[in-house]
Amino acid sequence: MSHPESEIVQFDNVGLRYGTDKEVLTDVSFTLFPGCFYFLTGASGAGKTSLLKLLYLSQRPSRGLIRMFGTDAITLPRGRLPGFRRRIGVVFQDFRLVSHLSAFDNVALPLRVAGVIEREITKPVTDMLEWVGLGDRLGARPATLSGGEQQRVAIARAVIARPDILVADEPTGNVDPDMALKLLRLFESLNRLGTTVVVATHDAHLIRNVPESLIMRLDRGRLSDPTGALRYPPRRSPPAARLDMKNQ
Amino acid sequence: MSAAKPQNNRFSAVGNWLSALRQRGDAADARLLPESQLTGPMPWVIGIMIALTVVAAASGLALRNVATTASADLEGGVTVQIVSAAPAERNRQARSALAALRADPDVLDAAPVAQDALNALVEPWLGTRPGDDIEALPIPAMIDVRLRQSATPARIAALRARIVAVAQAARIDAQAGWLAPVFGAINALQWLASGLITLLALATIAAVLLASRNALSNHRETIEVVHMLGGTDRQIARVFQRSMAFDAAVGGLAGLVLGVITITALGRQFAPLGSGMIGSAVLGWLDWALIALIPLLGVALAVLTARLTVLAALRRML
Repeated sequence: MSHPESEIVQFDNVGLRYGTDKEVLTDVSFTLFPGCFYFLTGASGAGKTSLLKLLYLSQRPSRGLIRMFGTDAITLPRGRLPGFRRRIGVVFQDFRLVSHLSAFDNVALPLRVAGVIEREITKPVTDMLEWVGLGDRLGARPATLSGGEQQRVAIARAVIARPDILVADEPTGNVDPDMALKLLRLFESLNRLGTTVVVATHDAHLIRNVPESLIMRLDRGRLSDPTGALRYPPRRSPPAARLDMKNQ
Repeated sequence: MSAAKPQNNRFSAVGNWLSALRQRGDAADARLLPESQLTGPMPWVIGIMIALTVVAAASGLALRNVATTASADLEGGVTVQIVSAAPAERNRQARSALAALRADPDVLDAAPVAQDALNALVEPWLGTRPGDDIEALPIPAMIDVRLRQSATPARIAALRARIVAVAQAARIDAQAGWLAPVFGAINALQWLASGLITLLALATIAAVLLASRNALSNHRETIEVVHMLGGTDRQIARVFQRSMAFDAAVGGLAGLVLGVITITALGRQFAPLGSGMIGSAVLGWLDWALIALIPLLGVALAVLTARLTVLAALRRML
């Protein structure tokens, strides 16, 4: 059993305000380690979505330090952002599927953006959509899909490129409990392969289903870490070893 | 209904072909944005701009050809007039001037303008009714002279000094001098054509700029998603460039055809006006080649404008 080698994300006294309003995030400090599973909880308006925006580099903080993949993400030149973003999978709360693209093309988008050739796209995208139960809806446009189906397409799009971090904002809000559990298993599978997973949710049942997870609780823009587990997480086996153990 | 169906299929096939043509290129970029909705009525706008540019350019080139031909014709041309009221003295001085001119080493050719030709020149103003006596009018004797070199003021002055010595009533003028106001007008029209072309190019840039900004605004949400998935500004800009290139090519081709039809029709209208300067207002193969380049330049201008506009706008997004 060994501690993960180095942090993948580090927030240090990060503050965020929109315009001249008061800060929505205040003095947020935490560290995400590779291969760990995190739940981000908090009441509505606590700042969960704002924190996730900082995590998926959609927003720059007003103050503080953010390091991602060992690099200062705040002073990161704009030209290097795409490379970083390709290492981050995002499930948006409002799905943000591209309306003119089919379910297949939406899921294929991260691969196409990354320059993967077409013949290497078809099988993984089809498999992924079949896995989330949409094998018969490959050509369907988002407008013809139900909320739950759209959410599954959004999740498939977020994980298809095997990101280093998966950031999901209420990813199971529109699906039935069985599908929610199935999607959680998908996140866990990805996590076992080494992806750091951050899931924002209100669903206590979901949290209970991942006993090894670490909880990040936001309260009015402040992150509570009473046990220090976010800064100093419990020692865990590295992802590959855990995977091996599971296979045995 | 049965008759309409094959036609619909044909339209659909053409639409699919155009769509496929539009999406040729980098497949990774091809499906990022709905290209068919990016530039709206741009083919029409560019088509009209190109047609107007073709007409303006053709006019400018034809005027240049008129000026060039006239200048070449008149370059060494000099007119010697013997202005004397006494017919005998006028004829004597004309003969002396002609002899002196033919002996002059600077003169290539000198020929008297026949009296009949002079009569024909004044006939429209003085008439030819029975009883008119044109012969009795003190019309100057004229000699058409062609110098070996161009008729510069210095050469004219030197020639004047030599001719006046033998024909005191002689007046010597460069033929180009008569047409100086015409050349001035042609020059002004050429500048007008150049100005129109510049304005049309600026209008095209403005139209492309507005269309690109509008498309960016319409697809802002999709662009943000593509950014979040790791899409680069260049990938997004390429989609706009390709769409604009396609629309500009279609519009440019249509504009070229429309412009060529217009200038051909104008040429046919001007042809019956006869010879002289208008007769030299024709376009050579080099002129046609330049006109054929206009759509290509239009496409390049539209693509470059779209690229710079989109990249500048994307740089303002995170």
